Amino acid sequence: MTDSILSVRNIRKSFGALNASDGISLDLRQGEIHALIGPNGAGKSTLIKQIAGGLRPDSGSIEFLGNDVTRLNTAQRARRGLGRTFQISALAMEYTVLENAVLGAIGQSGKVFRLFTPAMKDKALLDRARESLKRVGLEAQENAITAELSHGQRRQLEVAVALTLAPRAFLMDEPMAGMGAEGSKALTEFLQELKQEAPILLVEHDMDAVFACADRISVLVYGKIIATGTVDDIRANPEVRVAYLGEEDAI
Amino acid sequence: MLRERYINLIVLALLLVVPAHAYVTGEPFTVTLATRAVIFALAGVGLNLALGQGGLVSFGHAAYFGVGGYVMGILASHAQNYEPILQVPFLIEGTNAMPVIWLVAIVMSALLALLVGALSLRTSGVYFIMVTLAFGQMLYYFTISWPAYGGEDGLSIYVRNQFPGLNTLDPIQFYGICFVLLCAALFLVDRINKSPFGLALNGAHQNEERVQTVGINVYRVRLVAFVISGAITGLAGALFADLNRFVSPTMFSWQISGEIMIFIILGGVGRLFGPVLGAALYILLEHFLGGLSEYWFIYLGAILLGVVLFAKGGIIGKLAKREVSHDG
Repeated sequence: MTDSILSVRNIRKSFGALNASDGISLDLRQGEIHALIGPNGAGKSTLIKQIAGGLRPDSGSIEFLGNDVTRLNTAQRARRGLGRTFQISALAMEYTVLENAVLGAIGQSGKVFRLFTPAMKDKALLDRARESLKRVGLEAQENAITAELSHGQRRQLEVAVALTLAPRAFLMDEPMAGMGAEGSKALTEFLQELKQEAPILLVEHDMDAVFACADRISVLVYGKIIATGTVDDIRANPEVRVAYLGEEDAI
Repeated sequence: MLRERYINLIVLALLLVVPAHAYVTGEPFTVTLATRAVIFALAGVGLNLALGQGGLVSFGHAAYFGVGGYVMGILASHAQNYEPILQVPFLIEGTNAMPVIWLVAIVMSALLALLVGALSLRTSGVYFIMVTLAFGQMLYYFTISWPAYGGEDGLSIYVRNQFPGLNTLDPIQFYGICFVLLCAALFLVDRINKSPFGLALNGAHQNEERVQTVGINVYRVRLVAFVISGAITGLAGALFADLNRFVSPTMFSWQISGEIMIFIILGGVGRLFGPVLGAALYILLEHFLGGLSEYWFIYLGAILLGVVLFAKGGIIGKLAKREVSHDG
């Protein structure tokens, strides 16, 4: 697995009697969109948190770019190139769009302990922030206050902030949520372009979107991955049909 | 945005004109009141960096205020009694030179803030408030039971400390020193607020996860902010002790922590000049309402309630009519 950017090896996490992650293994390869699906309560969020660094697994390991990152925290993993977007937009709502993007650029530049130079006059930071905003099509809104953006625009900004880090892999938690058909389609196209740069691990509820854009899909049920494969494999897999797609699809 | 700048300039101008006028017309008491206001403002500017920008509700900033005060008291008392503080293993003498006292006050309160911050920043919310409060109370009771420097009675210094080239006993000259230090602190904090560090600090206040996810260690950012915050409040403590020529455990009391917080809330949380306007207003209220009744706190309470309910960004926020305060 030389082309694996991110691999999760047999991780376990339990909360009391609940095995939220029950020996999960998963890998993200160069150039792919790998979607993670599963019914509510399957342990998707727990898994994402462990990959991002917010939660430490009880056992097992996580490798990123060939290094064991299991013991690193969120900030350290981000600096190594793990870009993340959230299900519920995690943005500094009082900041302008540009300030949010500059915040990303600050993290990437390592300039965070510069206490006396104005951030919003730093050309390198601004260039990097504006370039990312342009890629997601938010350059015209750079002075808007983030709290005033539409839901879709916030999602775009999330991606832009992640882009400022020049990530080696993306971790996206339901990027399509609440986007509407049009926005969803545009984002799908954008993700296809983005995956050439860095592979994307996508958690998504919207099945149509998943089937339209994923190269591979893993299905998580009760803390276990019951199947991993291409879109066709997953569609054809009887276990998945029963567990996730519902009986009516099976008939 | 421009309007807030105008308000700031007006506040600054009043702080220049009012004491100057009082001095010319021979009202040294007003100059002393203004000095109190400026020193309290400085303490508030310190706390505002942690509380306003960082969202770190420290209810124990009296600790740094008190440490600053006791640094002044200890150094100056040794100087006035011609007793060295330490003889073995090396000689440390007291001093009555303000710049040295300030430096020591800044360093000591920064070190204390480093210790308190390193522990308290591992918690959040109510726990953070309680841990910071606990440290303040520990020092309060420690100084009460520490007989070497006056214990409960405190420590009197007979002559105000010296500043090269100035007569510090002249109220207007001492006011000038305090005013310049306040301006320096405002300038420093303004620079910090606009720096990448400030953006990250305030960003973490708005959304901690976001800042972590871009690779910034939020704990470290907050710790640095907390240390700077404590150091500024510590400097204010040293000046306050010099103003009164007296230090006592009251400087460590939780009421002081509360008062510093009140300045900020009155003026505007996170606004650069919030604590300045707040402290000035507090001193005015204390003077005029305090003259009416010794129960003037009841009026202060009512005013504070009004500000919290009807002017969310404090008085500066109300006047500037803008909720957001981070623009450059």
